[in-house]
Amino acid sequence: MQLNSRIPSGPIEQRWDKCRFEMKLVNPANKRKFSVIVVGTGLAGGAAAATLAELGYNVKCFCFQDSPRRAHSIAAQGGINAAKNYQNDGDSIYRLFYDTVKGGDFRARESNVYRLAQVSVNIIDQCVAQGVPFAREYGGVLANRSFGGAQVSRTFYARGQTGQQLLLGAYQALERQIGAGRVAMFPRTEMLDLIVVDGRARGIITRDLMTGKIETHLADAVVLGTGGYGNVFFLSTNAKGSNCTAIWRAYKRGALFANPCFTQIHPTCIPVSGDYQSKLTLMSESLRNDGRIWVPVKKGDTRSPEQIPESERDYYLERRYPSFGNLVPRDVASRAAKGVCDEGRGVGGTGLGVYLDFSDSIRRLGEGAIRERYGNLFEMYERITGEDPYKVPMRIFPAIHYTMGGLWVDYHLMSTIPGLFVIGEANFSDHGANRLGASALMQGLADGYFVLPYTIGDYLANAKLHKVGGDHPACREADASVRERLKGFLSIGGKRSADSFHRELGKIVWDECGMARNADGLGKALEAIPALREEFWSNLAVPGTGEELNQQLEKAGRVADYFELAELMCLDALTREESCGGHFREEHQTPEGEAMRDDDKFCHAAAWEYKGDGAKPERHIEHLEFEYVKPSQRSYK
Amino acid sequence: MKLTLHVWRQRSSQDSGRMVRYELADVNPDMSFLEMLDVLNEQLLSKGEEPVAFDHDCREGICGSCGFVINGVAHGPQRGTTVCQLHMRHYHDGDELYLEPWRAAAFPVVKDLVVDRGALDRIIAAGGFISVQTGAAPDGNAIPVPKGNADMAMDAAQCIGCGACVAACPNASASLFTAAKVSHLNLLPQGQPEKADRVLKMVVQANEELFGSCTNIGECTSVCPKGIPLEMIARMNRDYLSAALVRR
Ligand SMILES: Cc1cc2nc3c(=O)[nH]c(=O)nc-3n(C[C@H](O)[C@H](O)[C@H](O)COP(=O)(O)OP(=O)(O)OC[C@H]3O[C@@H](n4cnc5c(N)ncnc54)[C@H](O)[C@@H]3O)c2cc1C
Ligand code: FES
Repeated sequence: MQLNSRIPSGPIEQRWDKCRFEMKLVNPANKRKFSVIVVGTGLAGGAAAATLAELGYNVKCFCFQDSPRRAHSIAAQGGINAAKNYQNDGDSIYRLFYDTVKGGDFRARESNVYRLAQVSVNIIDQCVAQGVPFAREYGGVLANRSFGGAQVSRTFYARGQTGQQLLLGAYQALERQIGAGRVAMFPRTEMLDLIVVDGRARGIITRDLMTGKIETHLADAVVLGTGGYGNVFFLSTNAKGSNCTAIWRAYKRGALFANPCFTQIHPTCIPVSGDYQSKLTLMSESLRNDGRIWVPVKKGDTRSPEQIPESERDYYLERRYPSFGNLVPRDVASRAAKGVCDEGRGVGGTGLGVYLDFSDSIRRLGEGAIRERYGNLFEMYERITGEDPYKVPMRIFPAIHYTMGGLWVDYHLMSTIPGLFVIGEANFSDHGANRLGASALMQGLADGYFVLPYTIGDYLANAKLHKVGGDHPACREADASVRERLKGFLSIGGKRSADSFHRELGKIVWDECGMARNADGLGKALEAIPALREEFWSNLAVPGTGEELNQQLEKAGRVADYFELAELMCLDALTREESCGGHFREEHQTPEGEAMRDDDKFCHAAAWEYKGDGAKPERHIEHLEFEYVKPSQRSYK
Repeated sequence: MKLTLHVWRQRSSQDSGRMVRYELADVNPDMSFLEMLDVLNEQLLSKGEEPVAFDHDCREGICGSCGFVINGVAHGPQRGTTVCQLHMRHYHDGDELYLEPWRAAAFPVVKDLVVDRGALDRIIAAGGFISVQTGAAPDGNAIPVPKGNADMAMDAAQCIGCGACVAACPNASASLFTAAKVSHLNLLPQGQPEKADRVLKMVVQANEELFGSCTNIGECTSVCPKGIPLEMIARMNRDYLSAALVRR
């Protein structure tokens, strides 16, 4: 298969304009004749559904939570980037573009990233107009902070609840369209399969989570904004319901899955405390602006932090990366934390933790200033750990947080199935092998407000679709396979819960395909996963029926998909014989332990094609051109 | 520690429901309340019984999915927390806990501790927004917003829409929820053009949804996980009155 990324030609700063100019437009009066399904109400899906409805399309929108406002985007804390240069500190579209390409360790598509940086400025305008209460200076203008991986202050924020406020902005825009009757909203409804007719995406099969009713929804195009798959690790910072089902079903219907092994480990999370643990909590990385990270110099030092004198503390990030210090990108910070813990210098009961210490900042700026900046994060920390971070340093450890991989999309955000568009974290597009802080919110809203609504119009204007009814064989087949699968889970009658399998699967993936990977471990995982999967399919317990709210049944479906995805992740990680960004292959590192890319062999996105259950998926590549930012070894020293 | 739980079990909205007693040994004080329920559910599952259904997603107090009444208090005893943020270190060995769903005419029970809060979304759909199309926005710094106003708007905007205020109110009023959204938008310059219309429509919708009316009891604010203050309701009432007067 030849992957056509449909990147416009010409100078990079003119490509998006050119693309928009060349696109065929749908006549305003005709828009209401087209229907679009949007799955997901996070920043990406919510923004897209609202905007498409404003444009006049008929929109059906789905989410599994009881309200679109609860999508996982709500949990984002730290902020959103935009190249506004309001601080006059030398920021520009080009610099944001440059930082993102470099931060992604040269594994993202330049043209997409440039467009992202361009529309970033519109996002802030849009959100302000919607009433998003961004932080402001005393003069009434917007405030900014700096964030990991950047040396300028370009991050906009709303206390520690930026995702919440941006999502409420999109949600309110969406509710406005729902109220006006232009969006039909289906909360508590899960997409379980994609309907492909004559090679084009034409609808989805859903289950009503309250009644269990299976339904077919048809449309002229389908948009997936269903978020990332970080929960494959079981313990992650993602919301418990976040899942890969929508994109995985699409993969099995023919959409290519790109770079599944590119996952991001976030350096500042609260360490695991026990084996009952159900999720991990992120402490926003904005904390790294004012907190200093350290461990004891001595191995196995069990003294409490205040008893360790300055000279016996190792501020290892400041020491190793003097110019970026505590603000190095996430992958670098996470690996460094793992490194010091592996050396036996970790802190806390498990030895899997490092200190994030605010005492210097509190001394310098006063407790009030720190409370103003991070009050709610400190509270959250105290609630979970029972410790007061104004007095004792926080303990943090890396945790899985974000997935850069996802369904492959072209410049138009269309997958390899015509008519299937993928936006937000669900696609693979803009962050390469590592995402910079505050860039996911930017990408989700860029896709949803400013990119997809244009590109989908071009598709619809050109597609010449004929009408499809629910009795079409493709619909019937998809419907039957969904019912069959659900019946399957309910009839196993085994002993173990879906959660218990998920926890065990997550441990395998974390150990072998987590912060550091090697061929040996990946090989082991590729044996362990299918073995556990077999047990899953013979010993799973799902009580109740399919005709009611059945949370165990929902979990079973998600875990079944994670099993398959986990295998693809390991295969991808094994095949990518280099280290880049979040993908760290121990065999490929510099003597100082930094990631070593292999641009000759791996300057590409790997996109996997499903070839049937049990068959090895086929690996396709999209070669990446770097015309503007020349690949170099990232240095944050 | 050992706990005795009495949990509301109700198969569906048609079923009448009842409290069922469960014993739980080995509760770790560092667990969150929902992790404690996960353990209970594993236990039920291993006995071939149906686990307790409850809503949850983020488990960090921001999505507003979780929520039920613990010993008569919405979201439990700790102020400013959702149940997902509540940790078992606040309980003692031998404690007896009664868990019930939100009770309100506007929130029908779906199953066990899960209720339908769709009415809150419909209040927002009625007017809880600023009508600006994508692409129609001026520069973000074109309209300065005094920091005080921005901060106050943010205080209001923090509402997570969990519904605890409704559950705690003897009248099952959604006034705190509605007031938070009205205040958030009406405090900002961007929200001024639709100020009157917004408050009228949202209040009318809340009444249509079978929520009761506010008699200033204040239970709502005391259980609100985000500490949304009662003044928000006063502000909404002011906006409502002046809007209603102008309309006449
Ligand atoms: C704790 C935390 C903090 C973060 N902080 C930041 C930050 O400060 N800055 C930043 O830029 N990024 C941050 N991120 C990352 C960012 O929040 C996410 O990448 C982004 O919000 C994803 O948005 P989305 O719209 O793609 O998907 P989501 O918000 O995950 O939404 C997915 C939607 O899809 C729906 N859905 C999923 N599957 C199905 C299905 N099968 N059927 C029906 N519906 C389905 C869900 O109901 C939901 O509505 C953070 C992430 C976490 C975990
Ligand atoms: S689960 Fe999200 S607020 Fe409790």
